[in-house]
Amino acid sequence: MNSETTRPSRVLITKIGLDGHDRGSRLVAAFLRDAGFEVIYTPPWQSIDAVVDLALQEDVDVIGISSLSTDHLIVPDLMRALMVARLGHIRVVVGGIIPDDEHALLFNAGVSAVFGPGVSSASICAQVTTFATEARNDSAATIDETP
Amino acid sequence: MSETTRKQRLGAYDQAVEHWENTYAQNLANERPVYNRSGIAIDPLYLPDTDPPLDYVDRLGLPGQAPYTRGIYSTMHRGRTWSQRQLIGLGTPAEYNRRVMKLLDAGTTAISLIPCNSVYRGNDCDEVPLPLLGTCGTVVNTVDHMATALDGVPVGEISTSMNDPSPFTLLAFVLNVAQQRNVHWQKITGTSNQSDYLSHCVANHMFFRLSLPGARRILLDHISYCRERVPQWNPLSVVGQHMQQAGATPAEAMAFTLSSALQYGEDCINHGMDPDDVLPRFTFFFDISMSLFEEVAKFRAGRRIWARLTRDKLGARDPRSQRFKFHGQTSGVDLTRQQPLNNIARVTVQAIAGILSGLQSMHTDAYDEVINTPNEGPARVAVATQNLLREEAHLCDVIDPLGGSWYIEQLTDQMEEKILAVMDTIAESGGMYRAVEKGLVQAMIGRSALAWQERVENGDQKIVGVNCYTTDDNETNDPSPATERPDPKTMGQHVESLRVFKRQRDQEKVSAALSNIARAANSKDDNVFATVVAGTAIGVTHGEAVACLRRELGFGQPLIVE
Repeated sequence: MNSETTRPSRVLITKIGLDGHDRGSRLVAAFLRDAGFEVIYTPPWQSIDAVVDLALQEDVDVIGISSLSTDHLIVPDLMRALMVARLGHIRVVVGGIIPDDEHALLFNAGVSAVFGPGVSSASICAQVTTFATEARNDSAATIDETP
Repeated sequence: MSETTRKQRLGAYDQAVEHWENTYAQNLANERPVYNRSGIAIDPLYLPDTDPPLDYVDRLGLPGQAPYTRGIYSTMHRGRTWSQRQLIGLGTPAEYNRRVMKLLDAGTTAISLIPCNSVYRGNDCDEVPLPLLGTCGTVVNTVDHMATALDGVPVGEISTSMNDPSPFTLLAFVLNVAQQRNVHWQKITGTSNQSDYLSHCVANHMFFRLSLPGARRILLDHISYCRERVPQWNPLSVVGQHMQQAGATPAEAMAFTLSSALQYGEDCINHGMDPDDVLPRFTFFFDISMSLFEEVAKFRAGRRIWARLTRDKLGARDPRSQRFKFHGQTSGVDLTRQQPLNNIARVTVQAIAGILSGLQSMHTDAYDEVINTPNEGPARVAVATQNLLREEAHLCDVIDPLGGSWYIEQLTDQMEEKILAVMDTIAESGGMYRAVEKGLVQAMIGRSALAWQERVENGDQKIVGVNCYTTDDNETNDPSPATERPDPKTMGQHVESLRVFKRQRDQEKVSAALSNIARAANSKDDNVFATVVAGTAIGVTHGEAVACLRRELGFGQPLIVE
């Protein structure tokens, strides 16, 4: 239990859907790594199933989805797939170009935060730290409940 | 330097000036004099008013004369201003057609076609989640779709530029549409944008469909096919825009682009093509950032380097091969989500930089690009920005108006040095193809992107509304307008009609055509693009052609570089 709580937080930075712009995802992966997170990074165009599999294999606490051109519209599908895979404790954050009137779509689906352009790396690191802790606590609670 | 050499050089300068004056007068014989508001006559070109530097002709030249530092044509924007080619693409082919017809009615002479992201990824629409279809471009998967998109468009009279990476299915569709309408391919004009696979492997991977060797092979087939069959088509646009958008500095972006162009030129020559046949059809596409003077110096230096490269390294003799023709797009990454109306001012500065650099074609970004795919109102402001810079600010009155400024001339030389230094690094690693394969270019861009981010975060680089002059209220915040999304019902019908099309076509013929494409991919003697043109004519879809070539030549996976 102790070693579990002291291991660095694990974050998967990825892109689902069709877009290939990766300046944002590469940058975020780089500064999260510098801040001490264990970062699992993938190229763009991952399928939702592949993201769920990877999240399970790598035991991640947070998934960061980078979206520049409308791929955020299928994030609710990812949230459902995580629930089905019993990975509901994992926190999901979305960064990139997300129109204001589509934020609700993401929050209603259970996304923890949306990071738009201009958000500082310090702010992202701080929030991801909080989400990772919450995810770890939820995960532990689920394990405790399991007979 | 001896007195004789000095006199010879000054003589060369006088000759160059005389040659320019004659050429200019021939081209614009009936030009009316231009006056400013105070009644002062404005010359098309300004030159040193004392003895020019002795290396003037070698380093700068006159407009339209090598090394083209001051511009690639003798008359530049006085003769012909840039093409205003705004990107359009949305929804179904029928919806695209309605928008294009409106533009044509308004007098547009050049159109663009941006396909849907699903097309970029090599998918047909029946393989992709419905909400992602048509949000960023038009869903074109077959010759029939293209016929609908171009219904009423006079193919052969209107220049069409399309974002169409390997294996160039969109051009294959257009050629088939032309054939159906009895329009001769000699008349087809336009550009295969996004044919520069090296830039896609490095940055903006959404266009990167096939493995590096596969993309290299098909681009050469495409260039050689177009040179023979579609001679007015520009088969290659070399792109620096992606790299600068991904974080490369302006000097790095120019260096990578010129290194790519050199690689493509060498590949064509090794493939048996004549440099003076292919190089005149090379075009370039760049990002224009907020760093106004740096951008102007970047483009002036780029022109000079390209003129020398084509002559000395590629053996080109025709001046048309040495002219650095470029399209510029104002930089999207410079725009801010905070106080978005400020982006209109940013785009204006970037557009001024582009015009003063002597570009041939321009796209100005809409201020809401940082919020969503541009809506119609902001898109109109972007076009108006170009119009008012030309009509009200008179930026086209003088050719290379910053030339001769001590600052600009020195900065041009310094940018040239920086660019050449990066190009040397690329050359030492075996050329651009090898440098990309090894991840060298990607690593350099990654480092520059991180360095920029750090400068913004520590306040060394100020960004209004982001790290200075921030506001708590939303006064300058345009309320984010409702996002325009394609109608799911119409898009659903479009997908269904493709399914019906796939069921009803002659399956045996389609299988045979796909076998031909696969066979060509594995044979050195066949032209892959020719088999794509033939295959799509009998019903092979975009997604099937790409999938077939991915099986034969490998999937394009970007390299992950730490």
